[in-house]
Amino acid sequence: MDKRIIKSEKEKWDKNTVGPFIQKTPERKNLKDSSNESIERLYSPLDHNEDDYITKSNFPGQYPYTRGVYPTMYRGRYWTMRQYAGFGTAEESNERYRYLLTQGQTGLSVAFDLPTQIGYDSDDPISEGEVGKVGVAIDSLDDMEILFKNIPLDKVSTSMTINSTAVILLAMYIAVAEKQGVSPDKITGTIQNDILKEYIARGTYIFPPKPSMRLITNIFEFCSKNCPRWNTISISGYHIREAGSSAIQEIAFTIADGIAYCKAAVNAGLDIDDFAGRLSFFFNSHNDLLEEVAKFRAARRMWAKIMKEEFKAKKSKSMKLRFHTQTAGSTLTAQQSDNNIIRVAIQTLAAVLGGTQSLHTNSRDEALALPSEDSVRIALRTQQIVAFESGVSNTIDPLAGSYYIESLTDRIEKGAFEYLEKIEKMGGVVAAIEAGFIQKEMQNSAYEYQMEIESNDKIIVGVNKFKIEEPPIKGLLKVDMSIQKKQCERLKKVKERRDNIKVDNILKKLEQEANGNINLMPTIIDAVKSYTTIGEISNILRKVFGEYKENIVL
Amino acid sequence: MTFPDKIVDGDIRSIARGISIVESGGIESDNLLNELYNRNCSYIIGVTGPPGAGKSSLINLLIDEFKHHFRKIAILAVDPSSPFTGGALLGDRIRMQQHAMSESVFIRSMASRGHIGGISGATKDAIKIVSAAGYDLVIVETVGVGQSEIDIVKLSDTTVLILVPGYGDEIQVMKSGIMEIGEVFVVNKSDKSGSEKLATTVKWLLKENYRNKSYLPPVILSSVTNNTGIEDIVKAVLNHKNYIEKNGIDRDKIQERIKDDINILLERKINEFIQHHLKYPENIEKWVNLVISKKSTPYEIIREIKDNMILDIREDI
Amino acid sequence: MDRKIRVLVAKPGLDGHDRGAKFIARALRNAGMEVIYTGIRQSPESIVETAIQEDVDVIGLSLLSGAHNILFPKVVTLLKEKNAGDIIVMGGGVIPVEDISYLKEKGIQAVFTPGTKIGEIVDFINEKVEKRNK
Repeated sequence: MDKRIIKSEKEKWDKNTVGPFIQKTPERKNLKDSSNESIERLYSPLDHNEDDYITKSNFPGQYPYTRGVYPTMYRGRYWTMRQYAGFGTAEESNERYRYLLTQGQTGLSVAFDLPTQIGYDSDDPISEGEVGKVGVAIDSLDDMEILFKNIPLDKVSTSMTINSTAVILLAMYIAVAEKQGVSPDKITGTIQNDILKEYIARGTYIFPPKPSMRLITNIFEFCSKNCPRWNTISISGYHIREAGSSAIQEIAFTIADGIAYCKAAVNAGLDIDDFAGRLSFFFNSHNDLLEEVAKFRAARRMWAKIMKEEFKAKKSKSMKLRFHTQTAGSTLTAQQSDNNIIRVAIQTLAAVLGGTQSLHTNSRDEALALPSEDSVRIALRTQQIVAFESGVSNTIDPLAGSYYIESLTDRIEKGAFEYLEKIEKMGGVVAAIEAGFIQKEMQNSAYEYQMEIESNDKIIVGVNKFKIEEPPIKGLLKVDMSIQKKQCERLKKVKERRDNIKVDNILKKLEQEANGNINLMPTIIDAVKSYTTIGEISNILRKVFGEYKENIVL
Repeated sequence: MTFPDKIVDGDIRSIARGISIVESGGIESDNLLNELYNRNCSYIIGVTGPPGAGKSSLINLLIDEFKHHFRKIAILAVDPSSPFTGGALLGDRIRMQQHAMSESVFIRSMASRGHIGGISGATKDAIKIVSAAGYDLVIVETVGVGQSEIDIVKLSDTTVLILVPGYGDEIQVMKSGIMEIGEVFVVNKSDKSGSEKLATTVKWLLKENYRNKSYLPPVILSSVTNNTGIEDIVKAVLNHKNYIEKNGIDRDKIQERIKDDINILLERKINEFIQHHLKYPENIEKWVNLVISKKSTPYEIIREIKDNMILDIREDI
Repeated sequence: MDRKIRVLVAKPGLDGHDRGAKFIARALRNAGMEVIYTGIRQSPESIVETAIQEDVDVIGLSLLSGAHNILFPKVVTLLKEKNAGDIIVMGGGVIPVEDISYLKEKGIQAVFTPGTKIGEIVDFINEKVEKRNK
């Protein structure tokens, strides 16, 4: 139909139908998306040009992959249901993993405690109080062997949320697999390995950007030769969103990080098509269902364009943005915590309608503690109900063609590209982080969001409206207070049992290599096989690389 | 031990309290400063420069280097107060937090509390507190809003001005009048492009224009990221210290500061006296109304007040 | 006399989630207070030393990693050792209700969990500081 006719009809509708109506019943005010953009009353063919279908959307599995990276999407195989878990000792976590596998979970996702993530042993004074708290405590290969006991690593794919010390944990995983008789080329899974977002949002950094990028490219290079089925990085927007960014900022900063990794690897002499296919992404699924669906679609289109046009990738696999999703932890409320089940269900729908490759659903009690077994099961069931009962996965990208979704996809893409341009002008993402630009943008969004809740402009059910008096929740998971002691005792035994001269020699070798340019992965694998601890390896690297100092902006 | 004695003894809690007292002002502050006046003399370094020049990060590294030359170091870091709420986010300290546990380093964040000129009204009094407590080096970090930071020059023995490439070319450097401020010039972020050029420009400008013909400020390139230039800055400061001591400038500076203290106290007293005698709070509205109703003008009112005041003072005497 | 309320917002332990801490810092500034933020990964010792040097009235501890039962009480103990037990300590973060009474027993005067209105925190500080300075 002629757009001019639609336009004049819409003007008439505005004037004759809407006008008198809202005089009597006014609309709600402040209808905005997460980027503070006003949302229109109605979207129509005027907001979306179908002539661009092939260039902007195309069919699933075809460039620019807006409608999905695979030709059949969930009609063939559902997304991987992957619940992030881990706490206490390796024994306890191993038990939880085996429970989840019997409940129909299809991949493992390991959470490590903070000392493990930041490269300290459990007996380091700085680890006090933190051992086994937000994840499992790993000091040496000994713990890792227990963690994966009776879990066949050639059959299960494992995702590890580990960044600064990713190189060490991957080395341990390879060593455990070898002990099970599984060679490195057979293992499947992902390490997060995304240091840039640690500087931006998550805070488990150790080294400055330069040596950190070197470790990452060392992993890229090693895996492209030895572990071809391993995803070497999960470029994460999740934590950027959790820190309070908008949807546009989430994908802009994440893609900016992705560009930086690709540049680093290319500068190190790797061919883009040799590693880009192993890059994966990790996004947040927030409450605004429609905005989130548009966000995922925009991200796919942007990445494809960047890989093709900027990096001159040739393989289609290099251009496909494959991503894991986690529902938004920051939307969970401590008040009336069962309501979180509904929030997670909506966020699950957003991720599935947005075409995610794998999904973690949060548990209802996570604003209060680590999730209990019951809560984790409900979270997993939420995914299963969406998959098996809701019908949304029976056709591909079902929201495409919606005037609103398509125009929002365009707008998010435009906003994110504007950020990318700004970041490029500042000298790239590392310079933008060092200048505090990215942190400041995010914090402003976070502050505005929080003030809207404070002023009741934004309603959070059960928090600033529909409140009730409620008794404390029972049955929360508690991490045993004695775990640090147990873990230290085990560490002490490991240190007595191992060949300490061999350990010293390997650490010396590692120091030399760190001072040079050689790939550190093989020596780190040797080190972990001799039961050298994470703290020992990290401390040597700290000595050579120095430590990162954050530019905190307030 | 009395409270002032505890400060002199170096008790951290008392020093910190003392600074809060002088920040709050009033009679308690006067009494304390009276007790502690002339107790000790520290060397005072002012560090100034535009926001984002990396002042705090640089001071963080300078502390380690200055430790070789001074026994105890106090840092007073000034950040702006919000003109709307009076609140402040004091963020400089974050970058020096690694020294929090050092026994020879004392760090205090101060809000400007409405004072313009890059420092807070109480900064010079806070210096007296830490001096009395035996800190032989005091580093004052200014707000860093740019051109109006003249106060720091009066306050410090050596002023270090930190510049970064990207803020301004030659013209901006000249325009901003900052050439008058520094005795040691630092071009920070020397890893960034444009730093060499900026340093050359500043050197040339100083050579042509510097106010003092017997001392030419050095221009030092530094980088926090690469930890370079730090020793050079310390050396330059010590050089300047040497210079002012040799030429008696340090004594002049002390005289100036005492004069300043007397002036400020005098002004305040005169102000209080006038306010009291004129019953200012009760009268101001009356005066305004007189002007609005066209019965008088501000000039007439003042003339009248002046005449009456002289009578009042005579009566007082 | 113009005595401003001074608050130290601190993150003990290894937890890097600073969204809440930064929000509180900014909101308290907007409520007219002078706020110092330590940054992440602070030991209880350095938090206490900082609080003393900065002569704060209140320390706000933020922690989401679950180490609060160990680290919060340690701050209170160290303050007392340093003769600074009069400084008010409050905490926030992901803290199960059943831990709150334990923390209060150990001298943490208030625990604010997610969803607390900033006004409530401001009122708490104003009230406590007024009492303390009497």
